[in-house]
Amino acid sequence: MSAASFAVRPTSARRLAGTGILLRFALRRDRVMIPLWVGVNALMVLSMPNTLKGLYGTPAERADLIGQMAGNSSLRAMVGPVFGDSLGALTAWRVGVYAGALAAVVGLLVVVRHTRDEEESGRQEMVASGMVGRRASLTAALLAAAVANGALALLVTAGLAGQGAAGALAFGLGIAGVGMVFATTAAIVAQLTESARLARGLTAAVLGAAFVLRAAGDSATDGGTSQAFGTGGGSSLLTWASPLGWLTNLRAFAGERWWVLGLLAGAALVQGAVAYALADRRDLGMSFLPSRPGPAAGRLGGARALAWRLQRGSVLGWSIGFLLAGLVYGGMADGAADLLGDNEGAREIFERMGGEAGLTDAFLAAMAGMLGLVAALYVVTSVLRLHGEETSGRAEPVLAGSVGRLRWAAGHLVVAFGGSALLMLLAGAGLALGHGERTGAILGACLVQVPAVWVIGGVAVLLYGLAPGAAMGAWGVAGAVLLIGWVGPALDVPRAVLDLSPFGHLPKLPGGEMTWAPVLVLTALAVALVAAGLAGLRRRDLST
Amino acid sequence: MTKAITVSGLHKSFGRTHALAGLDLTVETGEVHGFLGPNGSGKSTTIRVLLGLLRADSGAAQVFGRDPWTDAVEIHRRIAYVPGDVTLWRNLSGGEVIDLYGRLRGGLDPHRRAELIERFELDPTKKGRTYSKGNRQKVALVAAFASDVDLLILDEPTSGLDPLMEEVFQRCVAEERERGRTVLLSSHILSEVEELCDRVSIIRKGVTVESGSLAELRHLTRTSVSAELAGPPNGLAALPGVHDLDVQGRRVRLQVDTDKLDAVLRSLSESGVRSLTSTPPTLEELFLRHYQDEVTVR
Repeated sequence: MSAASFAVRPTSARRLAGTGILLRFALRRDRVMIPLWVGVNALMVLSMPNTLKGLYGTPAERADLIGQMAGNSSLRAMVGPVFGDSLGALTAWRVGVYAGALAAVVGLLVVVRHTRDEEESGRQEMVASGMVGRRASLTAALLAAAVANGALALLVTAGLAGQGAAGALAFGLGIAGVGMVFATTAAIVAQLTESARLARGLTAAVLGAAFVLRAAGDSATDGGTSQAFGTGGGSSLLTWASPLGWLTNLRAFAGERWWVLGLLAGAALVQGAVAYALADRRDLGMSFLPSRPGPAAGRLGGARALAWRLQRGSVLGWSIGFLLAGLVYGGMADGAADLLGDNEGAREIFERMGGEAGLTDAFLAAMAGMLGLVAALYVVTSVLRLHGEETSGRAEPVLAGSVGRLRWAAGHLVVAFGGSALLMLLAGAGLALGHGERTGAILGACLVQVPAVWVIGGVAVLLYGLAPGAAMGAWGVAGAVLLIGWVGPALDVPRAVLDLSPFGHLPKLPGGEMTWAPVLVLTALAVALVAAGLAGLRRRDLST
Repeated sequence: MTKAITVSGLHKSFGRTHALAGLDLTVETGEVHGFLGPNGSGKSTTIRVLLGLLRADSGAAQVFGRDPWTDAVEIHRRIAYVPGDVTLWRNLSGGEVIDLYGRLRGGLDPHRRAELIERFELDPTKKGRTYSKGNRQKVALVAAFASDVDLLILDEPTSGLDPLMEEVFQRCVAEERERGRTVLLSSHILSEVEELCDRVSIIRKGVTVESGSLAELRHLTRTSVSAELAGPPNGLAALPGVHDLDVQGRRVRLQVDTDKLDAVLRSLSESGVRSLTSTPPTLEELFLRHYQDEVTVR
């Protein structure tokens, strides 16, 4: 046998051998995660028609809403343009972007979990020593993502069929399509990076970029809303550059553009093909982005330095994201006011609200609040690093050194809490730079979010310290706060529910009145939560 | 009888590192073959090439006479592999994992599975995250030994096992040999190798430096001789293959290449031997000689 014989390619059937077993195995492992995510997503979508019916029951109320939307670029940036006044169209408008983003998150988590995670942990080596074709694991991962997205499409289609079967089908397929586009993006990224954490981070960054592009595009134009109702306009190129923008432009329940589904399917297929081509060209466990060798001698001085060393990459990534998002949104703030020129009704509404200055302020305040909510996600990941270090057994040898538990935890908490303040500072700097004026007021608006972010971080510390088994519940808390913050106000959710979120108590800056009481109370609450969590950590057994 | 594994002139580089630099390996069907070498010598890389996980840069490798890269799936039907560091899924039980690996190979013998779980004293109902290192190793071993396969590839399989379990492992390997199965065993535990292996291959820096039965390998190394003589020794230093000669009056200590022993004994008996001890090289000496750089051996 010669060297040339290594170049012989296995047939496709053999490269897929074992896919069925691996798919069943993947679904068994995800038996809780997939139904939970799909269920939450479907619930969010399916509860919407009823809620909207209560809010905008009459055609007049809906017309009013559409008028507002046409004029309010900041609201458009958050949820996208409206294309029709039926309950179905309003549902698609209200939750489309978020349902798509959630489906994308599930897709990327499932795919990375069953590909790069398995290789990184070394489990894939033993699995691949069985009757498993070279493409089987990637295929099983993509199929698991397809099962999750398919179930979601089915639920959405069936649940919304009452609003119009065609629209429901288009919307369900559109959401699932976005999920599969990002599942295949993750499949590519998983070939490039050696660590699963980095693969998830990079894919999430692509998703974040897609969200920002769509928001920027939709705020710049009204996405053809006025065209649908008689006066010209169309989605900007920025919107069309984002798969989330495609979902908006599918126009479910408002004269579906079925060809947009082809765009989603095409993107998923092309990306899938790229992922397979990359996978075929590498050895198991290897990656295209090589990991650089580290220094031969270490200078890490202790637990705090170690915590910073472990988290600095993630802090850097989040920092870049916040700065860029701030710059983009800051640049959009002025445009928000200019657009009003076209729309008499909206101009009247906003002049009553405080004129052009009031509109710009409202936009900046909304963006600062939105970035604050995203910073809550950072603080949860960062705090839960403690949990990851403990359960993986990496904390054990560190704590076996002359390092107290509190000092060890403090190292990570400084990065978590200091890091979230840094992120908001950078977001403020970005907004101020992008907007070009009123630096002080904008920085203040961003920094005022920090105590609320800290409260979420405090909850994470509390759960980790007192009930480590429930530490992942911190994600649930962050998710609930995100949902309340993003979807709550537009839906007139009862005040009592809005008040559950620490963000609901913050002064609306810039433009609003600065009130110190909630800021101080939330800071004190965060301190108390962290203290209680640390007290719990000191008393309990470490998991080994 | 076909050969289970043949490897010749295998090369594999990772960037600037040459993990394999022309490695040769032959494993006969039905034998237990020891695969030895210092850390980083390329044992695991070779095994990964044999499993079709890595594509060799050049050279030839065959398992059951087939190409491990192109025919991976068919070959794997007849292979069970146990790595030195088994990782399990946190929320799956050991029993689930054993059955999964069984399905991914040619199938599992349920009686043998039950018997092995008993012998290894494994609790198959515990979740992956709660197993200790040794118990994770047992999960993989039970899955491998209970599988209906022809070739077992074991890469330092007993790391973390206690001495009792080590004994169970050795009995299992012996049983596998009796059933006519082939075993490629990479190990640092020399007593294990001595007990189990029909033949061994020693590799260093990606090249095979020695291959053969233990008796053959012993022959290639030095025997220590110490003797008390009736008269003064003479001519010993001039004999070929004599090393570390130490003469204190009539007492002589020396090392001699085992295949040159005859000439030394003749020379000693010319002086008259009062007492003589000759120690064959221990396995440790055998390996140290091959593991260390030539420079330090000399």
